[in-house]
Amino acid sequence: MDAIIENLPVFLDGFRNTLGLLGLAGVGALVLGVFIAALRISPVASFRGFATAYTEIVRNTPLTLVLFFCAFLLPYLQFSPGYFPLAVIGLTVYTSPFVAEALRAGVNGVHVGQAEAARSVGLTFGQTLTYVIMPQAVRMVIPPLINVFIALTKNTSVAGAFFVFELFGAARKITNDRGDQVIAILLAVAAFYLLITITLGLIAGRVEKKVAVLR
Amino acid sequence: MSLSVLYDAPGPKARMRSRAISVVGIILIFGALVLLVLALGAPKTSANGSVQPGLWDASRWNVFTDVQVWRSLGQGVLATLAMAGVAAAIALPLGVLFSFGRASDNPLIRVPSTVVLEFVRGMPVLLMMLFILLVFSTGSFWAGVAALAVYNGAIIGEALRAGIKSLPRGQREAGLAIGLTPISTRMRIEFPQAFRQMLPIIIAQLVVLLKDTSLAFVVGYSELLRVGVKNLPDFFGNRYSFSFFMVVLAIYLAMNLSLSWLARVIARRTGSKGRAVTPDAPSTPANPLLAHPRALGEQSEGGNSP
Repeated sequence: MDAIIENLPVFLDGFRNTLGLLGLAGVGALVLGVFIAALRISPVASFRGFATAYTEIVRNTPLTLVLFFCAFLLPYLQFSPGYFPLAVIGLTVYTSPFVAEALRAGVNGVHVGQAEAARSVGLTFGQTLTYVIMPQAVRMVIPPLINVFIALTKNTSVAGAFFVFELFGAARKITNDRGDQVIAILLAVAAFYLLITITLGLIAGRVEKKVAVLR
Repeated sequence: MSLSVLYDAPGPKARMRSRAISVVGIILIFGALVLLVLALGAPKTSANGSVQPGLWDASRWNVFTDVQVWRSLGQGVLATLAMAGVAAAIALPLGVLFSFGRASDNPLIRVPSTVVLEFVRGMPVLLMMLFILLVFSTGSFWAGVAALAVYNGAIIGEALRAGIKSLPRGQREAGLAIGLTPISTRMRIEFPQAFRQMLPIIIAQLVVLLKDTSLAFVVGYSELLRVGVKNLPDFFGNRYSFSFFMVVLAIYLAMNLSLSWLARVIARRTGSKGRAVTPDAPSTPANPLLAHPRALGEQSEGGNSP
């Protein structure tokens, strides 16, 4: 237990960096994911094909490989803004297709009758989207999106293996110093992760319940 | 088939415009790709004035004429597949066990298995690997296998539980009514149906498992990633690292895409039933916004479990 108390600043330092990775990569993945999803449902065939290929390729590449590319090969190609931004780039790219797929599933989930009803009362394309489709799609998309962010939280740990000092890095450092209390230290790190993931899970559950009533 | 209910059917002018945009799009995308390839291939002058050959230069790729390289890569692939195979073989029964525990009527079984499941699902696989490696000192192979098996077992267990829950209540009632015990109702009536429905999700999760074997790289297991992007470039020299990266990427994509393709085939064969119960994606009866026909049927690919 004393290993945790005396190393608390190190834990908090790691926790802050994990939150930083989560926040920055989360926002980045959301922006990129919306863009990819828009390409994916656009009427232009070539954009659709590009977005599909991007989604399939990135989704089937291991995160470790993506982060390896960012941490080692981008500096080798003379692009080196530091390991933290590189990890953010890697996590953003890796998470974006999952965001895009969640968005697409949400838009798909709106019943066709909704659009038909809106059109038949004379709403234009823009009105149909903004007043009828989008309000429903956004609500439905939030729980799966939160699941994506929960996965992202866990994925930030991989950045710890590529020179970013976050919770996993903190775990490695502290277990190196205090080999006698490995179990307590790792449980403490797990508690920090669970603090984020369980909170997000509760929010997702609550939103889901609300949506279920509305549907 | 009407394209979309959102706007009126396009006339000749609109169709022309859409085709023009498509062509421009193709040119833009291909132009960007060609520029990228050329930029990567251009020779670079480093800070001390020495000129490095471009990334597509033969001197960066001649290493692949060496049979030993391919043998090492093959060993890496085998190590990856071995870890994924053993982990999957443990994860599947574990998932079944978890789903039974969580769907149990007895709170003494249900509550602890719920707690364990939530704990395992909320923790990074990498942390679990490190934990098992340090606490049980199992060696990197079994640390990786154990962490992957427990984590994916939990996810598969949740999927199966959702499958059992989505069955009509009459199934269980009928089983009990003809005199089966609760356990044998679950084993012989509910579970086979849930498993069939959830098969696409389970296979998608196995793709995730195969991808996640690369995490064992961090705890020191010599699988494809460590062999391909660490050991081989260390041995043959840094100038090959990009080439090795590309080859490893191609191998991973080939493995994962073929498994994903299998998942899609099975999803199609189990039919619309398999799609309706996808736990994350909302059920999709129809598709108003997507004009292209491929939109449906790709739903059940487990897109929400990165």
